Amino acid sequence: MSDSKITRRSAFEGLHPIQVEGAVTVAPTPYATRFSFRGDSKAASACSKGFGVMLPNALLKAESDNGRTAISLGPDEWLLIAPDGEVEALEAAIEKALDKQHHSLVDISHRNTAFTVSGPKAETLLASGCLLDLHVSVFPVGMATRTIYSKADIVLWRTAADTFHVELWRSFVPFVWGLLEEASHEL
Amino acid sequence: MLLIPCPHCGNRPELEFRYAGEAHIARPADPSTTSDQEWAEYLYFRSNPKGLHIERWRHVSGCARFFNCVRDTVSDKILKTYPAGQPKPDLADIVKEAHQ
Ligand SMILES: [Zn+2]
Repeated sequence: MSDSKITRRSAFEGLHPIQVEGAVTVAPTPYATRFSFRGDSKAASACSKGFGVMLPNALLKAESDNGRTAISLGPDEWLLIAPDGEVEALEAAIEKALDKQHHSLVDISHRNTAFTVSGPKAETLLASGCLLDLHVSVFPVGMATRTIYSKADIVLWRTAADTFHVELWRSFVPFVWGLLEEASHEL
Repeated sequence: MLLIPCPHCGNRPELEFRYAGEAHIARPADPSTTSDQEWAEYLYFRSNPKGLHIERWRHVSGCARFFNCVRDTVSDKILKTYPAGQPKPDLADIVKEAHQ
Protein backbone atom coordinates (compact mmCIF):
# COMPACT_ATOMS: atom_id res chain seq x y z
CA MET A 1 0.00 0.00 0.00
CA SER A 2 1.23 3.45 -0.81
CA ASP A 3 1.96 5.89 1.96
CA SER A 4 -0.44 8.83 1.57
CA LYS A 5 1.03 10.96 4.34
CA ILE A 6 1.42 14.59 3.25
CA THR A 7 4.61 16.29 4.34
CA ARG A 8 4.61 20.05 4.83
CA ARG A 9 7.50 21.67 3.01
CA SER A 10 8.67 25.25 3.44
CA ALA A 11 8.58 27.37 0.28
CA PHE A 12 12.01 28.71 1.32
CA GLU A 13 13.75 25.30 1.41
CA GLY A 14 17.13 25.35 -0.32
CA LEU A 15 17.19 29.10 -1.01
CA HIS A 16 20.37 31.05 -0.52
CA PRO A 17 20.20 33.21 2.64
CA ILE A 18 19.99 36.97 2.08
CA GLN A 19 22.00 38.88 4.64
CA VAL A 20 24.17 41.94 4.17
CA GLU A 21 26.04 42.77 7.36
CA GLY A 22 24.86 46.04 8.86
CA ALA A 23 22.42 46.65 5.98
CA VAL A 24 19.62 44.13 5.57
CA THR A 25 18.38 40.66 6.49
CA VAL A 26 15.65 38.78 4.65
CA ALA A 27 14.19 35.98 6.76
CA PRO A 28 11.25 33.60 6.31
CA THR A 29 8.53 33.95 8.96
CA PRO A 30 7.11 30.90 10.79
CA TYR A 31 4.15 28.97 9.38
CA ALA A 32 0.90 30.80 10.05
CA THR A 33 -2.87 30.55 9.86
CA ARG A 34 -4.27 32.86 7.19
CA PHE A 35 -7.73 33.76 5.97
CA SER A 36 -9.10 35.95 3.24
CA PHE A 37 -12.23 37.64 4.61
CA ARG A 38 -14.75 39.46 2.38
CA GLY A 39 -17.81 41.29 3.61
CA ASP A 40 -19.34 44.70 4.30
CA SER A 41 -18.43 46.84 7.32
CA LYS A 42 -21.15 45.23 9.47
CA ALA A 43 -19.81 41.75 8.73
CA ALA A 44 -16.27 43.01 9.37
CA SER A 45 -17.16 44.26 12.83
CA ALA A 46 -18.79 40.90 13.65
CA CYS A 47 -15.68 39.12 12.32
CA SER A 48 -13.54 41.30 14.61
CA LYS A 49 -15.28 39.79 17.64
CA GLY A 50 -14.57 36.24 16.50
CA PHE A 51 -11.01 36.98 15.41
CA GLY A 52 -10.06 39.01 18.48
CA VAL A 53 -8.60 41.91 16.52
CA MET A 54 -10.51 44.90 15.17
CA LEU A 55 -10.59 44.65 11.35
CA PRO A 56 -9.52 48.17 10.31
CA ASN A 57 -12.19 50.19 8.52
CA ALA A 58 -9.64 52.52 7.01
CA LEU A 59 -7.89 51.19 3.92
CA LEU A 60 -4.24 50.15 3.79
CA LYS A 61 -3.96 49.57 7.54
CA ALA A 62 -2.78 46.67 9.68
CA GLU A 63 -4.14 46.12 13.18
CA SER A 64 -2.35 43.63 15.48
CA ASP A 65 -3.06 42.23 18.90
CA ASN A 66 -1.93 39.11 20.73
CA GLY A 67 -0.07 37.61 17.75
CA ARG A 68 -2.97 38.16 15.35
CA THR A 69 -3.14 40.70 12.53
CA ALA A 70 -5.93 42.03 10.31
CA ILE A 71 -4.93 43.95 7.16
CA SER A 72 -7.46 45.93 5.10
CA LEU A 73 -6.63 45.22 1.46
CA GLY A 74 -9.72 46.78 -0.11
CA PRO A 75 -13.07 48.32 0.86
CA ASP A 76 -14.54 44.86 1.56
CA GLU A 77 -11.47 42.63 1.80
CA TRP A 78 -9.19 41.77 4.71
CA LEU A 79 -6.22 39.46 5.18
CA LEU A 80 -6.22 37.77 8.59
CA ILE A 81 -3.00 36.29 9.99
CA ALA A 82 -2.72 34.23 13.20
CA PRO A 83 -0.27 31.70 14.67
CA ASP A 84 0.01 28.30 12.98
CA GLY A 85 -2.55 25.62 13.76
CA GLU A 86 -5.51 27.87 14.57
CA VAL A 87 -7.53 27.35 11.38
CA GLU A 88 -10.35 25.23 12.83
CA ALA A 89 -10.68 27.18 16.09
CA LEU A 90 -10.69 30.59 14.39
CA GLU A 91 -13.02 29.50 11.63
CA ALA A 92 -15.51 28.28 14.23
CA ALA A 93 -15.18 31.47 16.31
CA ILE A 94 -15.57 33.79 13.29
CA GLU A 95 -18.52 31.88 11.80
CA LYS A 96 -20.23 31.94 15.20
CA ALA A 97 -19.69 35.70 15.59
CA LEU A 98 -21.04 36.33 12.07
CA ASP A 99 -24.20 34.32 12.76
CA LYS A 100 -24.99 33.70 9.04
CA GLN A 101 -24.40 37.30 7.92
CA HIS A 102 -23.39 37.44 4.25
CA HIS A 103 -19.59 37.07 3.96
CA SER A 104 -16.82 34.84 2.67
CA LEU A 105 -14.04 33.33 4.78
CA VAL A 106 -11.40 31.35 2.90
CA ASP A 107 -8.48 29.47 4.44
CA ILE A 108 -5.34 30.55 2.53
CA SER A 109 -2.80 29.34 5.12
CA HIS A 110 -1.00 27.16 2.58
CA ARG A 111 -1.38 29.42 -0.44
CA ASN A 112 0.49 32.30 1.19
CA THR A 113 3.81 32.45 2.87
CA ALA A 114 5.85 35.39 4.14
CA PHE A 115 9.26 36.78 4.96
CA THR A 116 10.57 39.90 6.66
CA VAL A 117 13.01 42.42 5.24
CA SER A 118 14.73 44.29 8.03
CA GLY A 119 17.68 46.59 8.61
CA PRO A 120 18.71 50.14 7.71
CA LYS A 121 18.69 49.25 3.97
CA ALA A 122 15.31 47.45 3.98
CA GLU A 123 13.64 50.24 1.97
CA THR A 124 16.47 50.30 -0.56
CA LEU A 125 16.38 46.53 -1.11
CA LEU A 126 12.59 46.50 -1.58
CA ALA A 127 12.81 49.46 -3.96
CA SER A 128 14.65 47.14 -6.37
CA GLY A 129 11.25 45.79 -7.41
CA CYS A 130 8.60 47.74 -5.53
CA LEU A 131 7.19 50.85 -7.19
CA LEU A 132 5.76 52.59 -4.11
CA ASP A 133 7.44 55.39 -2.20
CA LEU A 134 8.57 53.51 0.92
CA HIS A 135 9.85 56.48 2.90
CA VAL A 136 8.46 56.26 6.44
CA SER A 137 6.73 59.65 6.02
CA VAL A 138 4.66 58.24 3.11
CA PHE A 139 4.52 54.56 4.08
CA PRO A 140 4.41 54.71 7.90
CA VAL A 141 4.59 51.90 10.45
CA GLY A 142 1.24 50.07 10.47
CA MET A 143 0.53 50.75 6.80
CA ALA A 144 -0.07 47.71 4.59
CA THR A 145 -1.18 47.24 1.02
CA ARG A 146 -1.26 44.81 -1.84
CA THR A 147 1.21 45.92 -4.50
CA ILE A 148 3.75 44.32 -6.82
CA TYR A 149 7.39 43.35 -6.48
CA SER A 150 8.65 43.14 -10.06
CA LYS A 151 5.84 41.03 -11.60
CA ALA A 152 4.62 39.27 -8.47
CA ASP A 153 1.68 40.36 -6.33
CA ILE A 154 2.73 40.89 -2.72
CA VAL A 155 1.19 42.33 0.44
CA LEU A 156 3.64 44.77 1.97
CA TRP A 157 3.23 45.66 5.65
CA ARG A 158 5.58 47.93 7.56
CA THR A 159 5.88 46.50 11.09
CA ALA A 160 8.67 48.85 12.28
CA ALA A 161 10.62 51.79 10.90
CA ASP A 162 13.24 49.41 9.45
CA THR A 163 11.16 46.22 9.06
CA PHE A 164 8.68 45.07 6.43
CA HIS A 165 6.56 41.92 6.37
CA VAL A 166 6.15 40.64 2.81
CA GLU A 167 3.24 38.27 2.24
CA LEU A 168 3.08 36.41 -1.10
CA TRP A 169 1.84 33.30 -2.88
CA ARG A 170 4.26 30.48 -2.14
CA SER A 171 4.84 29.71 -5.82
CA PHE A 172 6.20 33.26 -6.28
CA VAL A 173 8.91 32.76 -3.64
CA PRO A 174 11.77 31.54 -5.90
CA PHE A 175 11.17 34.46 -8.31
CA VAL A 176 10.96 37.19 -5.66
CA TRP A 177 13.73 35.73 -3.50
CA GLY A 178 16.05 35.43 -6.52
CA LEU A 179 15.57 39.07 -7.46
CA LEU A 180 16.07 40.23 -3.86
CA GLU A 181 19.24 38.20 -3.57
CA GLU A 182 20.55 39.68 -6.81
CA ALA A 183 19.70 43.21 -5.64
CA SER A 184 21.27 42.62 -2.23
CA HIS A 185 24.71 42.41 -3.89
CA GLU A 186 24.33 46.06 -4.91
CA LEU A 187 23.69 47.42 -1.41
CA MET B 1 5.87 56.30 -14.33
CA LEU B 2 2.23 57.29 -14.82
CA LEU B 3 0.40 57.56 -11.51
CA ILE B 4 -3.30 56.66 -11.50
CA PRO B 5 -5.45 58.04 -8.66
CA CYS B 6 -7.41 55.04 -7.37
CA PRO B 7 -10.56 56.38 -5.65
CA HIS B 8 -9.81 54.03 -2.73
CA CYS B 9 -6.00 53.97 -2.46
CA GLY B 10 -4.87 57.32 -3.89
CA ASN B 11 -2.06 57.80 -6.41
CA ARG B 12 -0.52 54.48 -7.39
CA PRO B 13 1.83 53.32 -10.18
CA GLU B 14 0.13 52.31 -13.42
CA LEU B 15 1.64 48.78 -13.36
CA GLU B 16 -0.74 47.93 -10.48
CA PHE B 17 -3.76 48.54 -12.76
CA ARG B 18 -5.55 46.81 -15.64
CA TYR B 19 -7.63 48.59 -18.25
CA ALA B 20 -11.19 47.31 -18.60
CA GLY B 21 -12.78 49.15 -21.55
CA GLU B 22 -15.41 51.86 -21.87
CA ALA B 23 -17.53 52.55 -18.79
CA HIS B 24 -21.31 52.90 -18.32
CA ILE B 25 -22.21 50.25 -20.92
CA ALA B 26 -25.40 48.73 -19.57
CA ARG B 27 -26.30 45.14 -20.44
CA PRO B 28 -29.69 45.03 -22.20
CA ALA B 29 -32.32 44.31 -19.53
CA ASP B 30 -34.06 41.63 -21.59
CA PRO B 31 -31.59 39.88 -23.93
CA SER B 32 -34.29 37.54 -25.29
CA THR B 33 -36.11 40.45 -26.95
CA THR B 34 -32.97 42.25 -28.09
CA SER B 35 -32.28 42.22 -31.84
CA ASP B 36 -29.01 40.82 -33.19
CA GLN B 37 -27.96 44.33 -34.17
CA GLU B 38 -28.63 45.73 -30.66
CA TRP B 39 -26.81 42.81 -29.05
CA ALA B 40 -23.82 43.26 -31.38
CA GLU B 41 -23.72 46.96 -30.52
CA TYR B 42 -23.78 46.17 -26.82
CA LEU B 43 -20.97 43.64 -27.19
CA TYR B 44 -18.67 45.25 -29.73
CA PHE B 45 -19.49 48.88 -30.60
CA ARG B 46 -17.67 51.54 -28.59
CA SER B 47 -17.48 55.33 -28.87
CA ASN B 48 -13.67 55.43 -29.37
CA PRO B 49 -13.43 59.24 -29.04
CA LYS B 50 -10.45 61.46 -29.72
CA GLY B 51 -10.50 63.36 -26.44
CA LEU B 52 -12.32 62.63 -23.19
CA HIS B 53 -13.18 58.98 -22.66
CA ILE B 54 -14.95 57.45 -19.65
CA GLU B 55 -13.47 54.06 -19.00
CA ARG B 56 -13.20 51.27 -16.43
CA TRP B 57 -9.98 50.40 -14.67
CA ARG B 58 -9.23 47.78 -12.06
CA HIS B 59 -6.67 48.32 -9.30
CA VAL B 60 -5.88 44.63 -9.54
CA SER B 61 -2.59 44.65 -7.58
CA GLY B 62 -3.94 47.00 -4.92
CA CYS B 63 -7.48 47.14 -3.54
CA ALA B 64 -8.58 44.97 -6.51
CA ARG B 65 -11.70 47.14 -7.06
CA PHE B 66 -13.05 48.25 -10.43
CA PHE B 67 -13.55 52.01 -10.74
CA ASN B 68 -14.28 54.55 -13.46
CA CYS B 69 -11.92 57.08 -14.95
CA VAL B 70 -12.16 60.09 -17.27
CA ARG B 71 -9.07 60.17 -19.48
CA ASP B 72 -8.07 62.30 -22.45
CA THR B 73 -7.09 59.85 -25.20
CA VAL B 74 -4.92 62.51 -26.88
CA SER B 75 -2.78 63.60 -23.92
CA ASP B 76 -3.29 60.45 -21.75
CA LYS B 77 -4.09 62.87 -18.90
CA ILE B 78 -6.48 61.49 -16.28
CA LEU B 79 -8.99 64.15 -15.24
CA LYS B 80 -11.13 62.27 -12.74
CA THR B 81 -11.61 58.87 -11.13
CA TYR B 82 -14.65 57.74 -9.11
CA PRO B 83 -15.94 54.50 -7.57
CA ALA B 84 -17.93 52.05 -9.70
CA GLY B 85 -21.67 52.53 -9.28
CA GLN B 86 -21.59 56.33 -9.25
CA PRO B 87 -23.49 58.02 -12.10
CA LYS B 88 -21.77 59.10 -15.30
CA PRO B 89 -20.32 62.58 -14.74
CA ASP B 90 -20.97 65.58 -17.00
CA LEU B 91 -17.89 65.94 -19.20
CA ALA B 92 -18.37 69.71 -19.55
CA ASP B 93 -18.15 70.06 -15.74
CA ILE B 94 -14.99 67.97 -15.68
CA VAL B 95 -13.32 70.15 -18.31
CA LYS B 96 -14.31 73.26 -16.32
CA GLU B 97 -12.89 71.75 -13.08
CA ALA B 98 -9.66 70.78 -14.86
CA HIS B 99 -9.12 74.34 -16.09
CA GLN B 100 -9.62 75.93 -12.69
ZN1 LIG C 1 -7.05 50.87 -5.06
